[in-house]
Amino acid sequence: MALVSRSSSAAAALLRPLSSAAANVSGIRHVTTDTTPITIETSVPFTAHNCEPPSRSVSTTTAELLTFFRQMSLMRRMEIAADSLYKSKLIRGFCHLYDGQEAVAVGMEAAITKSDCIITAYRDHCTFLCRGGTLLEVFAELMGRQAGCSKGKGGSMHFYRKKAGFYGGHGIVGAQVPLGCGLAFAQKYSKDETVTFALYGDGAANQGQLFEALNISALWDLPAILVCENNHYGMGTAEWRAAKSPAYYKRGDYVPGLKVDGMDALAVKQACKFAKEHALKNGPLILEMDTYRYHGHSMSDPGSTYRTRDEISGIRQERDPIERVRKLLLSLDVANEKELKDIEKEVRKEVDEAIAQAKESPMPEPSELFTNIYVKGLGAEAFGADRKEVRVILP
Amino acid sequence: MGGNNTEPFGRSSPPTSSSPFRSPQPLPPTTAADTQASVYSSSSSSSVSLASPSSVLPYVFLFIFAACVLIGFVVVVKMLGIVRRQASIGGSPSTVLSEALRVFRPAVPASRNYSSAKEMTVREALNSALDEEMSADPKVFLMGEEVGEYQGAYKISKGLLEKYGPDRVLDTPITEAGFTGVAVGAAFQSLKPVVEFMTFNFSMQAIDHIINSAAKSNYMSAGQFNVPIVFRGPNGAAAGVGAQHSQCYASWFASCPGLKVLMPYSSEDARGLLKAAIRDPDPVVFLENELLYGESFPVSAEALDSSFCLPIGKAKIEKEGKDVTITAFSKIVGLALKAADILAKEGISAEVINLRSIRPLDKATINASVRKTNRLITVEEGFPQHGVGAEICTSVIEDSFGYLDAPVERVAGADVPMPYAANLERMAVPQVEDIVRAAKRACYRSSQHAVAA
Repeated sequence: MALVSRSSSAAAALLRPLSSAAANVSGIRHVTTDTTPITIETSVPFTAHNCEPPSRSVSTTTAELLTFFRQMSLMRRMEIAADSLYKSKLIRGFCHLYDGQEAVAVGMEAAITKSDCIITAYRDHCTFLCRGGTLLEVFAELMGRQAGCSKGKGGSMHFYRKKAGFYGGHGIVGAQVPLGCGLAFAQKYSKDETVTFALYGDGAANQGQLFEALNISALWDLPAILVCENNHYGMGTAEWRAAKSPAYYKRGDYVPGLKVDGMDALAVKQACKFAKEHALKNGPLILEMDTYRYHGHSMSDPGSTYRTRDEISGIRQERDPIERVRKLLLSLDVANEKELKDIEKEVRKEVDEAIAQAKESPMPEPSELFTNIYVKGLGAEAFGADRKEVRVILP
Repeated sequence: MGGNNTEPFGRSSPPTSSSPFRSPQPLPPTTAADTQASVYSSSSSSSVSLASPSSVLPYVFLFIFAACVLIGFVVVVKMLGIVRRQASIGGSPSTVLSEALRVFRPAVPASRNYSSAKEMTVREALNSALDEEMSADPKVFLMGEEVGEYQGAYKISKGLLEKYGPDRVLDTPITEAGFTGVAVGAAFQSLKPVVEFMTFNFSMQAIDHIINSAAKSNYMSAGQFNVPIVFRGPNGAAAGVGAQHSQCYASWFASCPGLKVLMPYSSEDARGLLKAAIRDPDPVVFLENELLYGESFPVSAEALDSSFCLPIGKAKIEKEGKDVTITAFSKIVGLALKAADILAKEGISAEVINLRSIRPLDKATINASVRKTNRLITVEEGFPQHGVGAEICTSVIEDSFGYLDAPVERVAGADVPMPYAANLERMAVPQVEDIVRAAKRACYRSSQHAVAA
């Protein structure tokens, strides 16, 4: 249980039972606007490599905690809905779900601005949402419709939101890391004083191009933060079967690293805040988020052939990120059980509405097959399968 | 490593700091290796032959002496004329002298390279194009192995580090996958990287980023971001560099939607196309040729202007003809022109098309030419199967089948990894005789025997 201290009261550790009967049931508590700073301790201390770890005490507000709860519930609900849509064949191809890992996306977003950049691999639905994407854009893209964030032309693995600093959405394992270091390069080149978070998994952590990019980032002092979302399985291969050394936060050697409890949104927020300050002054840093995915690697992977159901349910019981925040909110008396359930109902409704709306969205026009190949098509020709039938001049 | 200059740059100890974003390191003193002469003295089989300095020197002196005599004579005559004129209107002696000096002093051209005001090597053309584009747009930067302090493995980026500093001319470690990814990421953020591959053989280490990260991103994001990047470097066979350093990548890259592929031949091509590539908002693969770097070509005054640009997607008819069309690109254009000369002596008028742009391919020009000549030879250096010639042939069959009077002939590199031995190497790339023979076959002028296998 998290230790709590309020700045407004005497520094006494308060531990409320989960089903707090002392909750104020009458009247509406305007907790969403309460920005009184409070300090919460992270679940575990940070483990550092070549640097001084940040403090375990995270400054937050009840408003922020509620936002965490709502956002993570939204993400959880969205991913579960995507599961059903995939099973009813409305989503095709690949679908990699993020449920279990919500705290990483939410905690990171809380520590940075939209001018900072995030780039990740293919498990990108929730990260996209955190960067300001809408549910409609997510579901429409998953179903290949015009209202999708990539107008239906990208699919699950290719969500982008450039105006909010979200650079995708990449299908090739590990490729996003050098790309992310390139984003950091541009930020430094333009003297933006912003940073880039390049996310990758424990599977991608062994990729050569990652070390090449890390070397370049360290050599050129780029404000790049490499974030290993270690969910302990690279598809069906457990980390101990893929990596000689699974201490991913130490892999940078001369590059400092931090190991973070990735199921604790506040720890993630603290680590990302620390990382941003560090990267702007001292160059790259590695963050290892110890996290877990409940689903298999993708919708075609049951996720139970290489791990036990007990393991999965154990994590769900002990470390679920939403449950952690729920318990925190209850113990701080920010909300009661009913209010939190109401939020979840609201969220469910939002998701259902977005799905309905997305189903209404039409498929792309046939002419869209040939758009966005080039910015300047120079009048070049492009052909369809039957060249005599389908021939287009690219503008 | 490929490269015709293996002289060390002259640094005896590693620098203490190599970060381009710290204050620039002073460049070590230049050595003789830095001068152009050593670069030219490669094993290149380029058609430009350089005479050795000692045999030319006496003639140079003689020429200078004769020129002085001539100038002196002209000055004397003009001075006499001025004196007579000034005397008639009562001018003072100082005016006369200054007038005379004005006549005497030759006009100094603005170009820094006085000796080649009208001719330029491909190397100089590329260097000047890079220089001008970097000067015009602060978002353009150069990245690659040895592009900075070494002045470029082939000296294409000579002087650029000194002029633009280490923030814009970046020496990378030997990690193509890594630095190409970094460059593409920078392009996502609207910078304009020019990535140099020491040769395009090494681009294979980075090809995932070229295709999956650069070429496809505009499409996958439905236009949210474009990738204004240029990948450039030598491509194709050099001389004696063996199988791993000699492949031509034109057809691989040109098959990929989202990329533009350019291949210059002359200095004007090099200047105009590189400037166009850097300004283009899409990813461009710019395939140069090591053996052409030292070749000199005449350049027009228009081409020397800093706003000069050639259109992407347009071929150039290097030589007009009416009997047979020969398409070529890069170094092969030179061979095709020689073949055309030989054919002309035999009464065959060949039209030589310099493709310049492999993707988009200028099908209109090719087809118009074939409709005129009714015969087509495609020539390329790369592997024949699924090559550029195959695409051109099919395009002509699709658009101009009725105009063909003979089957399309396809001259390409041999279907083998590049051998080292000089005689085998010669057999592995198209030669002038191969083009001539193919043209004659298309004109039904040769005997119908096939080369024994």
